[in-house]
Amino acid sequence: MAGVMNDRKPPPSLDDLDAKLRNAKARRESPQEMPDPASIGAGLGFALRVGIELVAALAIGVGIGWLLDYWLETSPLMLVVFFFLGSAAGFLNVYRAVSGYGYAAGYSLGEDERPSSSQEEPPSQDGKGSG
Amino acid sequence: MAEAGSGHSPLEQFQIKEIIPLKLGGVDVSFTNSALAMTVAVVLVSCFLIFSMRRGALVPGRWQVLAELSYEFIANMIRDNVGQEGRRYFPFIFALFMFIFAGNLIGMIPYSFTYTSHLAVTFGMAAVVFIGVTIIGIVKHGVKFFGFFLPHGVPWFLAWLIIPIEILSYLSRPVSLSLRLFANMTAGHTMMKVFAGFIFVLGAAGLAPLVMVVALTGLEIIIAFLQAYVFAILTCVYLNDAIHLH
Repeated sequence: MAGVMNDRKPPPSLDDLDAKLRNAKARRESPQEMPDPASIGAGLGFALRVGIELVAALAIGVGIGWLLDYWLETSPLMLVVFFFLGSAAGFLNVYRAVSGYGYAAGYSLGEDERPSSSQEEPPSQDGKGSG
Repeated sequence: MAEAGSGHSPLEQFQIKEIIPLKLGGVDVSFTNSALAMTVAVVLVSCFLIFSMRRGALVPGRWQVLAELSYEFIANMIRDNVGQEGRRYFPFIFALFMFIFAGNLIGMIPYSFTYTSHLAVTFGMAAVVFIGVTIIGIVKHGVKFFGFFLPHGVPWFLAWLIIPIEILSYLSRPVSLSLRLFANMTAGHTMMKVFAGFIFVLGAAGLAPLVMVVALTGLEIIIAFLQAYVFAILTCVYLNDAIHLH
């Protein structure tokens, strides 16, 4: 009986085999694909940092614009102007954070020239680091 | 959340409760659970440093190694990021780091209070850093400090646009500094509470959130250290910007 069943059964198609293989591979690889919590934390931290940099500068810009409007009674002119300035500052902050200027949010041109220990070397004035 | 009642909200842990109500000239200066947590943090850090260094042995014991490690950690951070001139600001940055770190860790104890999850606290510290760094910059460099806002190589016809953007970018520093710590602590603790709330609701399937909460606790302890470190290193970076103008 069993022999008959076996004879009737068509050989597994290549697609079937492929699917099985993929399943097995997925099962084997899934534990390794899970990044360790520390790297999740670092990635989340970076994402959060970029978001916060963007929002913080925007909030400052909108806040200043609103206060200026309140003070100068030019509503909504200053709010609009400072909204765009604030978003530009936010993008600047994000750009600096992402392009490896470390955590410095302010102007940091000479970062290349003084990597870690900046004792008494005169600040070089060439604008190479603006990249 | 509504039928669960306000007592089971995941945000309940952030509520400030008065322990000793106190009014001073119309200003509410009550001793709250936040103040209690801060007091505990200061006492713990002080005791840790005083008692572990009491003997000051040449061959340090465990506690002394811990104290020396934390000292060297901040000392190296300042040396690498600020340089020799930064050494006199060591006490401030060390105190800042230990205060934030202790606060984050105390927040990990169940039923305690995380004072770093309040924007008033983090923004207070960030504002002190920001104002202090700005004053240091102005005292050290005078009017030249304001050249900070005009990068080299900017053509004159763009200066009117760049200067406000740079000033806004500079002003956003304390906001992003305080928001980062506050958001990390608040989000992390809320997430833990939410997952912990699932454990009993799901019954037998609650094992999955339980595992998640265990993992999150580890992650939160990493974040507790990381955020204190980030706050301290950003203070160093800002200090460096003020001391060595580019």
